[in-house]
Amino acid sequence: MALLQIAEPGLSLDPHQRKLAVGIDLGTTNSLVASVRNGVAETLDDEQGAHILPSIVHYAEGKKPLVGAKAAQHATQDPYNTIASIKRLMGRSAADALQLGEHLPYKFVESDTAMPYLRTAAGDLSPVQISADILKSLVARAEASLGGELEGAVITVPAYFDDAQRQATKDAAQIAGVNVLRLLNEPTAAAVAYGLDQQDKGVVAVYDLGGGTFDISILRLTQGVFEVLATGGDSALGGDDFDHALAQWLMEQAGDQVFDASSSRELLGISRYAKEQLTERVELEVALPGGDTTLTVTREQFDALCKPLVSKTIRACKRALKDAGVALDEIQDVVMVGGSTRVPLVQSSVGEFFKREPHIDIDPDRVVAIGAAIQADILAGNKPDSELLLLDVLPLSLGLETMGGLVEKVIHRNTSIPVARAQEFTTYQDGQTAMLVHVLQGERELVDHCRSLARFELRGIPPMAAGAAHIRVTFQVDADGLLNVAAKELSTGVESAIQVKPSYGLSDSEITRMLQESYSNAADDREARSLREQQVEADRLVSALRNAIAEDGELLSAQELKDLNIEIDVLEKLAQGSSVAAIEAGVEHLAQVSDFFASRRMDRSIQTALQGQSVDIFDPVSNNRSEKEKG
Amino acid sequence: MDISKNFFELFELVPGFDLNTQQLSERYRELQREYHPDRHAHKGERDQRLAVQATTHLNEAFETLKQPLKRAQYLLKLRGVETGEEARQQLPGAFLMQQMELREALVEAGEAGDPFAELEELEQQARALETQEYSQFNAALAADDLETAEVAIRKLQFVNKLLHEIEAAEDRLDEEY
Repeated sequence: MALLQIAEPGLSLDPHQRKLAVGIDLGTTNSLVASVRNGVAETLDDEQGAHILPSIVHYAEGKKPLVGAKAAQHATQDPYNTIASIKRLMGRSAADALQLGEHLPYKFVESDTAMPYLRTAAGDLSPVQISADILKSLVARAEASLGGELEGAVITVPAYFDDAQRQATKDAAQIAGVNVLRLLNEPTAAAVAYGLDQQDKGVVAVYDLGGGTFDISILRLTQGVFEVLATGGDSALGGDDFDHALAQWLMEQAGDQVFDASSSRELLGISRYAKEQLTERVELEVALPGGDTTLTVTREQFDALCKPLVSKTIRACKRALKDAGVALDEIQDVVMVGGSTRVPLVQSSVGEFFKREPHIDIDPDRVVAIGAAIQADILAGNKPDSELLLLDVLPLSLGLETMGGLVEKVIHRNTSIPVARAQEFTTYQDGQTAMLVHVLQGERELVDHCRSLARFELRGIPPMAAGAAHIRVTFQVDADGLLNVAAKELSTGVESAIQVKPSYGLSDSEITRMLQESYSNAADDREARSLREQQVEADRLVSALRNAIAEDGELLSAQELKDLNIEIDVLEKLAQGSSVAAIEAGVEHLAQVSDFFASRRMDRSIQTALQGQSVDIFDPVSNNRSEKEKG
Repeated sequence: MDISKNFFELFELVPGFDLNTQQLSERYRELQREYHPDRHAHKGERDQRLAVQATTHLNEAFETLKQPLKRAQYLLKLRGVETGEEARQQLPGAFLMQQMELREALVEAGEAGDPFAELEELEQQARALETQEYSQFNAALAADDLETAEVAIRKLQFVNKLLHEIEAAEDRLDEEY
């Protein structure tokens, strides 16, 4: 008869292992990590109880980078090594970066690499590596808070991010050692967080104005399914621009005062503070760096400075509605996301345009991370019965360069993803044997006005008359919005396929190198961990021996006892040091010299056992040794 | 997913130009629930790849049936008539003349006193043409007159392009104002 297994009460034989998954909002100004615990999605805090991690990294020579508030403290004294708003440079070319970085005290490495590198005390770093440092800090927080290794993460990106920016985000995750379950568009995440899927059906607009990016998405929900109808925005417009506009104005008011990198940074900080104050107040006094000049800033003045920027976002809303084929009065809810939606001018402008009071009940800073956490929980397989499903779209059209520097669109913006499209092209000259495939993203007609994603060559086309060859180029966009391109000459079957690595993105070998570097940085962490392990080992041996002496001290002669106590004290001292090797050797040595004592205790235990008396035969010393032998 | 099924079969719809769009959307969501990669994210790589393939096909099918011009082209394709970029059916001269005039009007609209009103007027003309040609197409298809149906589609391709250009002109004006 088979024996039935009965589990210990409270423990099941096959415990349903809940997988640890998080949602990460990797923001321009602030980043957050959230997870679903006990059925509730919540942002996770650090040891100080802070949920928001400022997206700032400080680099110093030979030290681990500081991330967050600790890094921010260095912003004024050490501006070039304190990197903020790095998201603005993600997936950008060196040339774009120079232009975008104009306002920020970045020191770009002068080189001819397509990818921008920033010079820091810790070496030349790409935006991808800097973002990876922010991700690592968030993952460490999550693992400490959830008590285990993460299965994966959903990382949010602005809906309007192009392929290069998405790829850069995924590369950063790879360098940080994070398994990406999905790249999720921020507005979609926000809609999920609001639980709008609980409604039966309706059309929702999500207005997301973060530190450096703006997104507008129009979604239709039907019984748990979120269908993104259209998305639009500007991946280089955000609250930072409000700060810059105000800083610029303050500089103008300051007359001939000269600002260097440090005081410019300080002025930006002052502007940001003024912006935040002006959400509640109608005017305030600001003291300029140096303290000689004080100026009054009114909300009216601030609104006037921001008006053109806000109008730009409203125009994008209009276009998104048109793309979605939705009339203004069909919009049931308007959701506000991103810290910059706290600005009163933004709230009033959006409310006016949609003729509807926007939702602001969930903290606009946290709402994206919370939505991402809900999605991560589902993707990890923790909620098999969930009705929730997100159907997203391609934010910007994808195309190829044709003759005359024109772009032929292959997949139009707002097409549901995943999607595949093929387009056939032909040769331009008689006997042409190779063809350059140039992949672009954007809405404009000229190559120069679109973002160049990749170039590759299809070679070995048999010489034919112009127009006789048939080259089919296939674009495949996956559920993360990432593109793969393949080209094939149809009459001969000559084929060429690439994973689109943006022209100025990281190559696979660069990622490998950065991964190795991050491992060697991790060597410090490993060193620290093995030190702690050895210290614990030594403590265990010391206290086990002291316990044994207290119990069975009579087994030792006075001399033996004295010698052993000395040896124990030596190891105890050693364990307070920081040499892993010395502690390890000390443990080994003490185990050896106390061996005779262990044998004597063992003999006595056996004798006692043979006498039929119950004793504790647990011997910490020999137990410890057998563990070592196993290891 | 059975990708050998035609798009109408996939959505369990009666093939035809007039479509139950409600049913199309409902069935689309139903199939997405079953096949979307997010539903298979915790499974192996092979399942995930299959999910991407299935939803790629599904999105293509949905897009084709949802857009009237693509739907019309697909209906002809099912009957063995490809209506790609290459012209096969000669279009009547009068139609081409009218298209040229409309395009000229589009260029001139930008310089008009009230360009938005001019564009609006043009759009209405184009929409009227569109409606007319769709009913032509529908009738021809019902009568199995594939040649007439193809001519209607050729015309609709012109009209469709014109509508896109009107929209682009409006976007440009929006930026300026």
